[in-house]
Amino acid sequence: MSSAKPDASPPARRLPLHWLGILPFAAFVTLFLLLPTMKIVVGAFQTPEGGFTLANIRGLFTPSILAAYWISIKISIASALLGCLIGFAMASAIVFGGLPKGIRGPLLTFSGVASNFAGVPLAFAFLATLGPVGIVTVFLRSNFGFDLRMLGFNLLSFWGLTITYLFFQIPLMILIITPALDGLKREWREAAEILGATGLQYWRMVAFPILLPSLLGTLALLFANAFGAVATAIALTGSSLSIVPILLFAQIRGDVLGNPHLGYALAFGMIVVTGIANAIYIWLRSRSERWLK
Amino acid sequence: MKKIWAWGALVFGLLYFTLPLIGMTNFSLKMRRGEYSFDAYQKVFADPRFQETFTYSVMQALFTIVFGVLLVVPTAYWVRLKLPRLRPVVEFITLLPLVIPAIVIVFGYIRLYNTSSWLPLTGSLTGTNILLMFGYATLALPYMYRAVDTGLRTIDVATLTEAAQSLGAGWATILAKIILPNVLVAVLSGAFLTFAIVIGEFTMAALLNRPAFGPYMQLLGANRAYEPAALAVIAFGITWGCLGLIQLVSRFQKSAPPKA
Repeated sequence: MSSAKPDASPPARRLPLHWLGILPFAAFVTLFLLLPTMKIVVGAFQTPEGGFTLANIRGLFTPSILAAYWISIKISIASALLGCLIGFAMASAIVFGGLPKGIRGPLLTFSGVASNFAGVPLAFAFLATLGPVGIVTVFLRSNFGFDLRMLGFNLLSFWGLTITYLFFQIPLMILIITPALDGLKREWREAAEILGATGLQYWRMVAFPILLPSLLGTLALLFANAFGAVATAIALTGSSLSIVPILLFAQIRGDVLGNPHLGYALAFGMIVVTGIANAIYIWLRSRSERWLK
Repeated sequence: MKKIWAWGALVFGLLYFTLPLIGMTNFSLKMRRGEYSFDAYQKVFADPRFQETFTYSVMQALFTIVFGVLLVVPTAYWVRLKLPRLRPVVEFITLLPLVIPAIVIVFGYIRLYNTSSWLPLTGSLTGTNILLMFGYATLALPYMYRAVDTGLRTIDVATLTEAAQSLGAGWATILAKIILPNVLVAVLSGAFLTFAIVIGEFTMAALLNRPAFGPYMQLLGANRAYEPAALAVIAFGITWGCLGLIQLVSRFQKSAPPKA
């Protein structure tokens, strides 16, 4: 019947039928992924009557909405940077640190679980830990007379949210960067040492430049990951902290901005931000694959 | 010196990860004043709303898995067999749900499928349930597709198909009796991940007003003190269980080489 050799071209008149095979998939993604997204993008440039306008986009540049974007971006950057840093430290500890071999497997498995443990339960876990009567808060207060609240720490704040997000950011970093660290070949290090390089020089001039695309790419991915997170933020703060996903959630629920099409613009802005971050990730990842196979 | 740094990083990380888990477990046991008890868990399990929402989410997860398998396995198979040129495109599309936040996708659903639209899915309960299932299938698409595609890589799709065809098998038979059994382990790991995602999902269910487990957890969290911690322990247990099962089935595959 049909030849399966990749280089054998099938008769031209049968070609159109091949497309039918992915028709269900095409229909599904069109209806439930692409069209809804297009609706948002187009709606961001429409008046309620359907005409073209830039007023919605301009509407984003009001102080309150800009402030929401700014704090969202700050939280995403902070949790992505810290996540990268701590995740990298932990990953390099298990790859190069000379730790017992048995640690690696369980840590990677745990990372798989923890990077999926986002959402509402994560917020509860942190409330029970760093909240007003959380285990750490109470421990510090009763044993050291150390009041986190007096120091200005509040879980429902910028730092509170950042620390909570780190719970899924660090494991994601470990999962992505460990294979990259494994890809650093022993020969490179040996070659550098034979040529007289110190450990620091090897890292600065060989390992770090090779890892840089992976590191920056993962940073972008972690940024997008934090920027789109809604459930954790809502469960943690209710709606007291005005970040973009919470604002959009409230807008969809009850038109808090007073203009339905401003909601489209708000969502469009989210797609733009996460889209840029992911494009950077994909581009840098393809660059890093040259070295790390 | 290097070892000290490595241990330091590891201990810091472990402390950071274990404290919240200890915190929530500890808190969930402290409902009775002055002693540890399982009161919070009893309260949660006895709550009819818990049973309702949990059952609802489990049902949604099962439907999503069945739908996802029926959608993804034939597509991934067909793309590999007949449309290899299209692979990068399909792969890109399946990764889109990781790029577009779930809240934006569901916003699009609400605007596109409202009561006055050409496909008024949100107009009826059944319609909304189906829409939510499609939404979950979209969220799970990146994981499901990659799992199945990786599974297909380990078998010789073209030869298996030819052999089956020369024995007179039709497409349905090939998919159900040849391809699916061969990628079953991959499908299962995709299914467990889908299950974990659907059980904990909050945004879509909340905005479509369906009584799922995620919104219930959020509601309870806003009104109670100890029960939410118990729920968090249960949710973590479910995630842990699902990913443990993935490990188990993939180990199972390693011990049994694919019968090609």
